[in-house]
Amino acid sequence: MTESSGTILDAAQQRPRRGESQDGTSTGWETVIGLEIHAQLATRSKIFSGASTAYGAAPNSQACLVDLGYPGVLPVLNAEAVRMAVRFGLAIGARIARQSVFARKNYFYPDLPKGYQISQYELPIVAQGAIDIVLEDGSIKRIGVTRAHLEEDAGKSLHEGLPGLTGIDLNRAGTPLIEIVSEPELRSARDAVAYMKKVHTLVRYLEICDGNMQEGSFRCDANVSVRRQGSEKLGTRAEIKNVNSFRYVEKAIQYEVARQIDILESGGKVVQETRLYDPDKGETRSMRSKEEANDYRYFPDPDLLPVELDEQYIEAVRAALPELPDAKAARFVAQYGLPAYDAGVLTASRELADYYEAVARAVPGEPKLAANWVMGDLAAALNKEGLDIDAGRMPAGRLAGLLARIADQTISGKIAKEVFEAMWSSGESADSIIDTKGLRQITDTSAIEQAIEAVMARNPAQLAEYRSGKDKLFGFFVGQVMKATQGKANPAQLNELLKKKLPG
Amino acid sequence: MIHRHTLARLAAELRARKLSSVELARAYLERIQASQPLLNAFISITAEQALAAASAADAALARGEGGALTGVPIGHKDLFCTAGVRTTCGSRMLENFVSPYDATVVSRLRASGAVMLGKLNMDEFAMGSSNETSYFGPVRNPWNTDLVPGGSSGGSAAAVCARLLPGATATDTGGSIRQPAALCGITGIKPTYGRVSRYGMIAFASSLDQGGVVTASAEDAALMLREMAGFDPRDSTSVDTPVPDYVAGLDAPLEGLKIGLLKEFFDAGLDPDNERCIREALAVFTRLGAKVREVSLPNISLSVPAYYVVAPAECSSNLARYDGVRFGHRCKEPRDLTDLYKRSRSEGFGAEVKRRIMTGTYVLSAGYYDAYYLKAQRVRQLIAADFQRAFAEVDVLMGPATPTAAFAIGAKTADPITMYLNDIYTISANLAGVPAMSVPCGFAQGLPVGLQMIGPHFAEQRLLHAAHRYQLETDWHLRIPERFA
Amino acid sequence: MALTRAQVENIAHLARLELDPAEIPAFQDKLSRIVDFIGELDRADTAGVAPMAHPLPGLAQRLRPDAVTEADAHPLYQQNAPQVAAGLYLVPKVIE
Repeated sequence: MTESSGTILDAAQQRPRRGESQDGTSTGWETVIGLEIHAQLATRSKIFSGASTAYGAAPNSQACLVDLGYPGVLPVLNAEAVRMAVRFGLAIGARIARQSVFARKNYFYPDLPKGYQISQYELPIVAQGAIDIVLEDGSIKRIGVTRAHLEEDAGKSLHEGLPGLTGIDLNRAGTPLIEIVSEPELRSARDAVAYMKKVHTLVRYLEICDGNMQEGSFRCDANVSVRRQGSEKLGTRAEIKNVNSFRYVEKAIQYEVARQIDILESGGKVVQETRLYDPDKGETRSMRSKEEANDYRYFPDPDLLPVELDEQYIEAVRAALPELPDAKAARFVAQYGLPAYDAGVLTASRELADYYEAVARAVPGEPKLAANWVMGDLAAALNKEGLDIDAGRMPAGRLAGLLARIADQTISGKIAKEVFEAMWSSGESADSIIDTKGLRQITDTSAIEQAIEAVMARNPAQLAEYRSGKDKLFGFFVGQVMKATQGKANPAQLNELLKKKLPG
Repeated sequence: MIHRHTLARLAAELRARKLSSVELARAYLERIQASQPLLNAFISITAEQALAAASAADAALARGEGGALTGVPIGHKDLFCTAGVRTTCGSRMLENFVSPYDATVVSRLRASGAVMLGKLNMDEFAMGSSNETSYFGPVRNPWNTDLVPGGSSGGSAAAVCARLLPGATATDTGGSIRQPAALCGITGIKPTYGRVSRYGMIAFASSLDQGGVVTASAEDAALMLREMAGFDPRDSTSVDTPVPDYVAGLDAPLEGLKIGLLKEFFDAGLDPDNERCIREALAVFTRLGAKVREVSLPNISLSVPAYYVVAPAECSSNLARYDGVRFGHRCKEPRDLTDLYKRSRSEGFGAEVKRRIMTGTYVLSAGYYDAYYLKAQRVRQLIAADFQRAFAEVDVLMGPATPTAAFAIGAKTADPITMYLNDIYTISANLAGVPAMSVPCGFAQGLPVGLQMIGPHFAEQRLLHAAHRYQLETDWHLRIPERFA
Repeated sequence: MALTRAQVENIAHLARLELDPAEIPAFQDKLSRIVDFIGELDRADTAGVAPMAHPLPGLAQRLRPDAVTEADAHPLYQQNAPQVAAGLYLVPKVIE
């Protein structure tokens, strides 16, 4: 059984799919994607109760009477959740509703204790913002954000280890969320991922969400449809639910686009439905449990009054906004003369940007050197061990210590790589490694001259060939001198002196 | 005869140590036990806890401590959650539900020293006007046990009427305090929406529900309401304005009070005997120096249909939490999740609750929302505006609380609309959120009649004052059915 | 307006109520009468009237400080639960 289905799957995967290209243009199809991102707000307590939102507690130990929907209990709104939503709205240049209203979305599901979710429907707190993403060709595309509204998260259903039963843990129930709904303006899986990453960056800059995708703090539903190139009318969409990694979003959309194009090209019709991405099989499948026509019967929640925000409140939240990624990247270009690409990479997270700035400030006049090292050797080392920049493995001051020695020519760039590796594994400072290993660069002209003369004396044949016009041998002499000085000769000085000495 | 004392007098005598709370509790518990087969006013009788609380009250009084109600026996409508004591809401769904927490009303009255003797019967989830929908059997009217006591706070009203308690909590969503108070010949007040905390008061229709009290007299109601009203941070719809001392100033003259006679309430449906009682009551107010004039609220005739959209809509959502998962009735051996939901809910809820859930589900469903729900909300606005206009001209509106006196058990169960129209005069106050009360004002063929008084938002004191002055002139509120006298 | 049997069944399903087939006609009858009754709202001229969701106009939602005030009490809260194991509420298997 397992074997045969595996075979079919393999065959399906091997068959080249039509419409495999990112945007479908090569096949005459256009992809239309809208994302609904759910970001858990980093409040201490829940949106409508005083229970803790901490992750990973024993089942139901953080589900209080309000979260459990006990008879008689009532919701009271968390001020911090409102402030965080407003922060987000201001960060994307959106309209902040002076009056927003909570509504009930009614449906039965075991992880939804009250039989309704408190959400916002007709009057969301944030509307009409925009987020810029950088496309592959470096151009910038503005994606509209239709709305962002506050709502409560549901609990979790656990299906393992209980034969014939599902266990319900309501610790997550009532955790504040903002649901960020984009316009259907994303045109490829890559667009979608770039947008999702940008939102992820933003919420972390704003310190309104920890962005932890493994724990479900940041997850997304993708509405995907395809239409004939040039068509105005949107195709029937499928909603892919609850994807919690950038890679899966890309793969799920690619799969879904191909699936829909397949259906349409073979004369079929796409069914409007909810689908689930299965990362093990790399495919989306219909969620039968949610298939029945939903009639959510939204109406204003009579237990909650309209949320009213005045100008003064909104301006106070605006004044407390941090520098945002786009502004920071622009400043990096202006202040440090970095290429736009570097500035984009370095501002991808607030921690990385802060780190970079700390290094750049400690080694004045060398911002590009700092960028190269942060994005190059340091990033590689961190990636290799799966560490975050703020893990403290290479404090900014220590890396700056190394860069200072490159800048003052104590060591060459090449030696610096060796020193970096030693610093990484030992945790020692660049200076102490340079000293104990004797890696200080030779800048004394007479010492370099002596070394050159010794090499010339040992290699008369090569010297003669060089002098008869074989210029390529210049590199040979550079190598020999470097070898003799254990790589410590200052490369620029060496070049200059060799040019003088070799011709004789 | 201690049970003939008013709550205010009991409180005073307890404080003066002329009475012991334990003796008082024993006396009332005895009356409660004896009445139970006849009236069925209680769902739970908490004798043991009551005697313990009463003896603690006596000890406190002996030390010269205690609050305004220390040692006074009361009962709670069985939809106020009481920690450790079963709270059923009159439903099989919550037959075995023991709340882990106290409603704010319950903890406030306890803090004032009141001693709870038990939990009072009610229409299931407060949906009913006759107490016939209770899973625990109907309550009977102490004036005539073949008749209904009214509902949904039928247990509370019958208990006070038969002097099984000097006062009880109750709730009013469309008349559930005033209608049974009228039918039992006692005093009942529904405060302004937001005046009494709804925290721990099991919801029927959140934008209409309001807790209040039933007592023998307006003075008693003033005392009890003063102790339970006030801002509660746990209820977002609770209003943060100070509670005046409702008891102070009750004796002040009524001279110059402007009373509006609610024209639309004197319609064809009003029983002539009831009308006579109301008109006589108004004559008393005129004698007291009040000015009576007729006032029209043109949209008030739409109250009942608007209510039967709004209330069921909210109820259908409020009662979705009863799904057999975390508390409440669960069916045996569910085949799957849907079966668990459907059978648990169908077995747990009675027919009237199901009808209201279904009505609410229907009016909120796709395609009907605008035509029913939104339309009803607009009509609600019109009704609220009618009240606002009226209160620009008069201080208090008066009229009948019910079209007729108490009716026979079973008389109105066949047609829901006939039953719903029983609340025709009470519903508008809930839609507008204004305070209203019912005060005994005579008898129609041996059965009590209630005068309804409606005030603008937060004018409880004005209503209580008018009612008290009226009760100083009349003794309708002191009449007790013979077998309980 | 008379509700059809199918409408009543659909409403019951949305509300997760199981109606005995024998009692459906009675529900159909009573619900139809209720729907007719609330249909009287059509009489009202509500042009330009804002819907009123809350009886106290002008009040706004109060905001609560973000503080953890609730302690773990799940053993107490689960005393009312029909079926629990290892701190989890149990329901028949949910298939996705």
